Amino acid sequence: MSALLQVTGLTAHYGDFQALFGVDLTLDQGQTLAIIGANGAGKTTLMRAITGIARVTGGSVLLDGQRLDRMAAPEILHAGVAMVPEGRRLFPSLTVEENLRIGAHARQGSGFWTLPRIHDLFPVLRDRRDHPATALSGGQQQMVAIGRALMANPRVLLCDELSLGLAPVVIREIYAAFPAIRDSGTAIVVVEQDIGQALKVATRVHCMMEGRITLSGAPADLGREAIHDAYFGVRQG
Amino acid sequence: MIWLDTLIQGLMLGGLYALFAAGLSLVFGIMRLVNLAHGDLIVLGAYLILGIGTATGLNPLLAAALALPPMFALGWLLQTALLNRVLGEDILPPLLVTFGLSVVIQNTLLMGFSADSRKLPIGPVEAQSLALGPVNLGVMPLVTFGSAVAVVFGLNRLFYRTALGRAFRATSDDPVTAQLMGIRPQRVFAVATGIALVVATIAALYLGARANFDPSTGPARLLYAFEAVIIGGLGSLWGTLAGGMVIGVAQALGAALNPEWQILAGHLAFVAVLLLRPRGLFPRAND
Repeated sequence: MSALLQVTGLTAHYGDFQALFGVDLTLDQGQTLAIIGANGAGKTTLMRAITGIARVTGGSVLLDGQRLDRMAAPEILHAGVAMVPEGRRLFPSLTVEENLRIGAHARQGSGFWTLPRIHDLFPVLRDRRDHPATALSGGQQQMVAIGRALMANPRVLLCDELSLGLAPVVIREIYAAFPAIRDSGTAIVVVEQDIGQALKVATRVHCMMEGRITLSGAPADLGREAIHDAYFGVRQG
Repeated sequence: MIWLDTLIQGLMLGGLYALFAAGLSLVFGIMRLVNLAHGDLIVLGAYLILGIGTATGLNPLLAAALALPPMFALGWLLQTALLNRVLGEDILPPLLVTFGLSVVIQNTLLMGFSADSRKLPIGPVEAQSLALGPVNLGVMPLVTFGSAVAVVFGLNRLFYRTALGRAFRATSDDPVTAQLMGIRPQRVFAVATGIALVVATIAALYLGARANFDPSTGPARLLYAFEAVIIGGLGSLWGTLAGGMVIGVAQALGAALNPEWQILAGHLAFVAVLLLRPRGLFPRAND
């Protein structure tokens, strides 16, 4: 069976600066993939390259065999890849409910994720529906950002730094939604600096450093030490 | 009573200025583009109404309705073919391009219609008035003002109650993230400019019905429109209506004191508002 999302030899540049060096990545149906690494390792660039926000300069991204790497960002969403961007990036002029609804802007037809189902997933968003989105707490804003991405009913959900700036109890609350998302048939990629959290939810882990994937495997197979070394860039052996 | 009369005439005139400004305000609010050709596009709309009226024999009020679709198309095309290419971090290219466009429109109109001034012949309604208590109100100024309120109300509904309006606001907030929602900012901008030119055409009808126009009339209208937008607070449509009314009342009061002071009084009111409230009367919270 071919992979749901297949990234092969992906390179990306910011002007003359090369940010990704031939990244390979495979995501299967029902999987949750974690990408960990220090600041500046290229994790966010990888997410931005897959979703068409950063310019891809080489390699390919395939979703179920369909080439995404030459598409513009709106078409990539349409094809089935949605992103929860780093820093949430909610629309300040829109209410909580409008932020959720705009996630379905490109959607044609129905899907599992509807406004009531998002409200069931994060009940607080139902109570706060008419508030300006940016008036919510950081954790609630993150819930809006996740709900907004789900409203597109993506086949692949990319989550960039969900836990950034949030208290541990809030992070746990947000990750508690993951099983429901996975059960809806959406495969997930999480980018995390919080290694513990990443290892808990992931079926597979990739560690990135300086624009390359330096270590891959199932969380259970990777030793804590190997992950530590890959994360901090200490040479093994 | 003369003062009450002057005040009300000024408010009505403000409606016309608000119509000049609403399209400008819409475009600025969505894509931070200052369209220096907006006044000339209004004048172009007036010539189009005149042309349709002459060709078909229709009253300008009906001719204006026929002019709306081609003006929407022109706005769409203008944005798609030209303005989308120059929008970016740097605000200078769009300013230069729309300034150039202004010159092109003026000269094209001059070639096509000469420098003679024209007026839209709307018929007997022009001279009709209503006696409301102590004040006599012209029907046309009243209709103009009513149209301005209706346009601002309609644009606000569009902005805050429709999926398109949601896309407008989201794109205005953050065009990159909007793309992640499947929104194509350039298409959103094209629709916005199309709508702006529809509003400009409505403004053109009342401009041409009220006074003479010629190919060089545009820039002065742009100036009033600009002042109305800034007095109201950038991006606020009701603010733009209020801004138009401030200029209208100031001009009417100025003219009542001394006819030579009409234009000056409007500009002074603009400066006064800027001094007291640099962000305008109703600034948007998150700009």
